[in-house]
Amino acid sequence: MTVAAAAQPTTVAARFSPGWITQLLQRYILHIVVIGLTVGWMLPTIGLLVSSFRPFALTKTSGWWTALTPLQFTFQNYTDVLGQSNLGQAFFNSFMVSVPATVIPVTIGAFAAYSFAWMKFPARNWIFLALVGLLAVPLQLTFVPVLSFYVNTLHWTTSDLEATGIPGLPWVPLWLAHAGYGLPFSIYLLANFFRALPSDLFESAEIDGAGTLTVFFRIILPLSVPALASLVIFQFLWVWNDLLVALIYVGGAPEVAPLTVNLADLTTSLGQGSNLLTSAAFFSMVVPLIVFLSLQRYFVRGILAGSVKG
Amino acid sequence: MDFSVLLQDIPTLLVVILGVPAILAAYIVGGEFLVRRLPDKNRPQVRPWIWVGPALILVAGFLLLPALGTIVQSFENNAGSWVGFNNYASQFSDFPSGGAWVAIRNNVIFWLIFYTVFTLVFGLILAVLFDRVRYESIVKSLIFMPMAISSVALGIIWIFMFQYSTPGEPQVGTLNAIITFFHHDPVVWLQDQWPSDKFNVLNNLALIGAATWGITGFAMVILSAALKGIPGELLEAARVDGAGEITVFRRVIFPLMMPTIVVVGTTLVIFALKAFDVVYVMTGGNYNTDVLAFRMYEQLYTAGNNGHASAVAVILLVAVIPVLIFNLRQFRAVEARR
Repeated sequence: MTVAAAAQPTTVAARFSPGWITQLLQRYILHIVVIGLTVGWMLPTIGLLVSSFRPFALTKTSGWWTALTPLQFTFQNYTDVLGQSNLGQAFFNSFMVSVPATVIPVTIGAFAAYSFAWMKFPARNWIFLALVGLLAVPLQLTFVPVLSFYVNTLHWTTSDLEATGIPGLPWVPLWLAHAGYGLPFSIYLLANFFRALPSDLFESAEIDGAGTLTVFFRIILPLSVPALASLVIFQFLWVWNDLLVALIYVGGAPEVAPLTVNLADLTTSLGQGSNLLTSAAFFSMVVPLIVFLSLQRYFVRGILAGSVKG
Repeated sequence: MDFSVLLQDIPTLLVVILGVPAILAAYIVGGEFLVRRLPDKNRPQVRPWIWVGPALILVAGFLLLPALGTIVQSFENNAGSWVGFNNYASQFSDFPSGGAWVAIRNNVIFWLIFYTVFTLVFGLILAVLFDRVRYESIVKSLIFMPMAISSVALGIIWIFMFQYSTPGEPQVGTLNAIITFFHHDPVVWLQDQWPSDKFNVLNNLALIGAATWGITGFAMVILSAALKGIPGELLEAARVDGAGEITVFRRVIFPLMMPTIVVVGTTLVIFALKAFDVVYVMTGGNYNTDVLAFRMYEQLYTAGNNGHASAVAVILLVAVIPVLIFNLRQFRAVEARR
């Protein structure tokens, strides 16, 4: 029915007929359906946003849609949750996890992609095929061995790493894990992009005596800014929003754990009805929404490159 | 919030933000420096490995070898001695409610089918409808926005949507407010095992619905790109030939979009099989809403049984393998055309 309603042939009959009335109606139905669906889609988020600014007592007795009558808004939920939980620390931790866990796989992935795209080495195509296969492998398959390697072989538990006093060290296990997990996609996306660059560009540069490093840093990277930007956003949001990997490797260490772990803990400890959850959830969305809204173009492009293109 | 804690940490932040890229740059510059010391004929042999090496080590160390290790461990107990198929036997015991059966059923029937189909259908409807309005980019980004937030936040959003109060009290959860408005009793969405606890569709659908809400934007964006790739003349030709809009969609648009739908579908199948966050946050796997990824986590952390956890992970792998093979075939087909 929706498709039929959406019909809007552009050839309007010149003669007067009731046809144009139905067409007009059809056009309005289209807009009503489109806007209705969009508003409906946003409703859950709007509901939570409104709830997060309502006084606790009111949310127990009336739904968020009654918020305008009586008009009562408060920042209490935000100040409470920031005071009561270590959300601030978790926020910092999220940055400490996400920034290097983005930089490492993107950089190392770019090195590797360059090699896959423009250098010859034995088994190159087979290794690349293996990477494509690994894109789909569930991460669950890696947790037990990696965890026991960290804890039993390297003695890289959070408390051990903190004891060394070296800044940043407690996050290293998480960075490396995210790097390993992110690399297949990173290499896949970038290698496809690098391969599509015109080869005469590098050849002429090499004839002019430019070294591999110069070609990479001066020609390939600048030309690949769109692909790199998509990948950076993708990986950053993936790591920032990740719960599972963080839970596995640093789930029991709030001094290192990121926001998602903290938020999930709040859900179980505060109970599902608590109003502090609303403000905590919004607090956690701020950074991804800023990244998304400002760099949406690249994000969408990355999704398209990753899944449609071979 | 105590911001002084964060101020103390600023040195750490700087060390990390400057230090990590510095190490990576130093590696590649140093590697090239060493390669240039080599005789001319050896350079092309060594150079690729310098560039590809760190990636291969990380991928092998964090994906390939651990995956093989997990497969081995699924045949061992915690002490590391061989137990044959015991770990699997306990996952497959007591059909249909014991072992991993509930998780398998939820993943392979409910999540796989409903999550994938709902997302594709919604994504397609939205892509087709939005294609016809001028404010397309705005409505698209609004639908797409849930993609940017974490599944934990998504779970919290929907916990409040599904909120339940006993009948007679004001319903503050949106969905229950709607259905009580139509004189239906409020529903405990996340616990209600309608139609029966042997085959609990309702609370599983509640979880799947929340997850679908978050991922539809992804399907919509890709399908919409494919829709725009269909040449306008083709649609015009069909319309000139007298095809109605529904016929145009069924006979022209849909077949041409099929390859994209399949690709998006396979991605969604992987997402469905890996579902974790939403279940962890919203039900904790209770009320028969367990899924394999969550069961694996529980076996590892709550039960502390590495062998069982590994067996569940391998079951998950087996479920993913058809998709994996499909992806590889797809990739080789594209390579062959290149």
